[in-house]
Amino acid sequence: MSGRVLVGVKRVIDYAVKIRVKPDNSGVVTDGVKHSMNPFCEIAVEEAVKLKEKKFIKEVVAVSCGPQQAQETIRTALAMGADRGIHVEVTGKDYDTLGPLQVSKIFAALAKKEDAQLLILGKQAIDDDCNQTGQMTAALLDWPQGTFASEVSLEGDKIKVVREIDGGLETIKINTPAVLTADLRLNTPRYATLPNIMKKKIAQVKPADLGVDITSRLEVLRVDEPPQRLAGVTVETVDDLVAKLKESGTI
Amino acid sequence: MFPASRYSSKAHRCIRALQTVQVEHAAPQLYATLNTRRTCSSVSTPRITTHYTVHSRDKDSRWEGVEMERFADEADVVIVGGGPAGLSAAIRLKQLANEHEKELRVCLVEKASQIGAHTLSGACLEPSALTELIPDWKERGAPLNTPVTEDVFSILTEKHRIPVPILPGLPMVNHGNYIVRLGNFVRWLGEQAEELGVELYPGYAAAEVLFHEDGSVKGIATNDVGISKDGSPKDVFERGMELHAKVTLFGEGCHGHLAKQLYKQFNLRENCEPQTYAIGLKEVWAIDEKKWRPGRTEHSVGWPLNRHTYGGSFLYHLNEGEPLVALGFVVGLDYSNPYLSPFREFQRWKHHPFVAATLEGGTRIAYGARALNEGGFQSIPKLTFPGGLLIGCSPGFMNVPKIKGTHTAMKSGMLAAEAVFPKITAESLDSETTGLHAPEYAETLKNSWVWKELHAVRNIRPSFHNYFGLYGGMAYTGVFYWIFRGKEPWTLKHCGLDANQLKPAKDCTPIEYPKPDGKLSFDLLSSVALSGTNHEGDQPPHLTLKDDSVPVSRNLSIYDGPEQRFCPAGVYEYVPLETGEGMRLQINAQNCVHCKTCDIKDPSQNINWVVPEGGGGPAYNGM
Repeated sequence: MSGRVLVGVKRVIDYAVKIRVKPDNSGVVTDGVKHSMNPFCEIAVEEAVKLKEKKFIKEVVAVSCGPQQAQETIRTALAMGADRGIHVEVTGKDYDTLGPLQVSKIFAALAKKEDAQLLILGKQAIDDDCNQTGQMTAALLDWPQGTFASEVSLEGDKIKVVREIDGGLETIKINTPAVLTADLRLNTPRYATLPNIMKKKIAQVKPADLGVDITSRLEVLRVDEPPQRLAGVTVETVDDLVAKLKESGTI
Repeated sequence: MFPASRYSSKAHRCIRALQTVQVEHAAPQLYATLNTRRTCSSVSTPRITTHYTVHSRDKDSRWEGVEMERFADEADVVIVGGGPAGLSAAIRLKQLANEHEKELRVCLVEKASQIGAHTLSGACLEPSALTELIPDWKERGAPLNTPVTEDVFSILTEKHRIPVPILPGLPMVNHGNYIVRLGNFVRWLGEQAEELGVELYPGYAAAEVLFHEDGSVKGIATNDVGISKDGSPKDVFERGMELHAKVTLFGEGCHGHLAKQLYKQFNLRENCEPQTYAIGLKEVWAIDEKKWRPGRTEHSVGWPLNRHTYGGSFLYHLNEGEPLVALGFVVGLDYSNPYLSPFREFQRWKHHPFVAATLEGGTRIAYGARALNEGGFQSIPKLTFPGGLLIGCSPGFMNVPKIKGTHTAMKSGMLAAEAVFPKITAESLDSETTGLHAPEYAETLKNSWVWKELHAVRNIRPSFHNYFGLYGGMAYTGVFYWIFRGKEPWTLKHCGLDANQLKPAKDCTPIEYPKPDGKLSFDLLSSVALSGTNHEGDQPPHLTLKDDSVPVSRNLSIYDGPEQRFCPAGVYEYVPLETGEGMRLQINAQNCVHCKTCDIKDPSQNINWVVPEGGGGPAYNGM
């Protein structure tokens, strides 16, 4: 086993920023808007670095797909303790239409190329909420998957994953190599500190180099703001409430 | 509080989780029992301030055994602050290094998560300094897209408008200037700096000044991370990093917190007047295309402020594709009525028929606020000290009647670079102290156009302090500036610290502000949300109080808690104590937009703004 872990990190609009739809409804305004690493990706990086500190694995490689600015996100991962970074260059129109399917293909190709033992991703991105990349990548690689992980432990060449599911917690044991996706309670990410940022390297690669076709099968027709929530009506008594409900035809 | 070493890390995490629950839900009286300080009143003050600058970690048992060693790195020059001054200094240093084929390591730290994210200004840029710094700025794509085409000045009354002709020679003539989104301009400067090889580190705040044995400045240390709200270390605690330099340039902008320490340390303000300030609030609106007049600048004075409260408005039509206007309101912080709320004056002003006409049918897309300097010439402190110097709005070179400070800030940065460069690249360090002292900077500044400009307008702002207030000031400007070009032999004084200008609440009348209508005017909290501001919640509040009991005993009882009104982000709230009797101050530090108004205007001067964890604060985009 190479002892190498690949961590996928995505650059998304910061969660505290107010989103604005472009005047032509083709998408959301991103120019100059504050971006940061997807919170679930931070948790994924933290888990990978923790595994390295416990000596279960030897190297953490951070990967991001996108334009030049994606390097900032990789640099944050390096500052958290990743050893090196890979920037998959996707720009312009290609970047606008980049979705989970293409990213999964890229990660699958990279996992094979880098001989990765483990691929850790965040469970979903906060901009598209897709929750698909981890699962699709596992399928393309034919690797087992431990998704919504809230606890991960390596036991020999198997991994025990505690998963957060609707009914509670599910514990599974899967073989390596595997894909894990991080859920909120997996860990508390550490800060990205300055000395680490100053030193490490980021390699650049294009999707074509990996033999991946990134044409999209989806076309975004329109983006709209959610409808404004109308003010409610306060009623004084229960009878009032019943009368209003009857009035509106609800009962 | 439990010392970190005694419990296993898992138990420690459980304890901390429980403490967090306690903090959020329990009555603040819980803190009072743990608070060993005696207060003279019979009601024990709930503990508000937990920051280590007030409560030292040396004697704190929770910090026993925690590694406090910091990683240190060396640079030739360290610049604090990535605004127009800091970036201009960095660019000029690298230009000189390339010209003379010398190696120079220039590191710049900036507390915002990205360069430009904490920048807020009108702004009407005079391109003089930019042309000196980067003559081919147009070819390089500098975002100066809107030359000023129309200049309109008005005196507003409640319902009407008196136009004032802008005669050539008056300070507010804008011919040749550009309306810019300063945040975008600063971002572009950042790109130019990076191209030249400047090391930019946004997201890292300079939290501490470091000193050599001989008292000269050695550099700065960035903020520690991972301290929890109650002041104890978290699992993820990490010390900041030290950046040592031959000389450190401090360009923190108006009322910088490190500059505040340096004034005391090196006694830099002994021969100048205290700085006076104003608060500027700004919004960006996407308006109806039919109302859009790109290149038009509008300024007004008068309503809704009375003639004794300095202030006015601006409204600029940008020309960047979308029909956007940048508009805002400035209120001098020497106002005397503690019931005045600059935010609500701003919202009220938008309802004036002249302004509402432009905004009707539009959507507000951004909001922010920042303090600005009004002291001008009289308030410039000593600019250099062993190991460092002050640039930009931090010492304060704003031309107040023109309301422009960017061009002078940039020029000061450039002059600082030119003064420092020959000394740091010389064969031997020509300095008595280990940290370089470069008094040449102050000399070249005095001989530059910056000094001439500030000298000419020095009396306009203080001339406002007369019985006729605003009108007296305008008359003075007309006579002495327009006719005599500021050559009168006297220099008028300011009135002293802004914080001392408030009258007790009992001597003033509360102001009836109209409710926000949700179309033109808005409430405070939705405005703050639009600034995109956020901070890591679990950290000590960075609005520190020297004495936790002063807000209730003084600010609230004498001045009716003016911080509730002058803070443009709703950080300060007086809420009833859970036990019923009395009030307490609640500090919502996460809302802070880093404007510095509280540090300036607090009548008790009890609030000390320190820098929070880097990366926190507003997320302005092209403000």
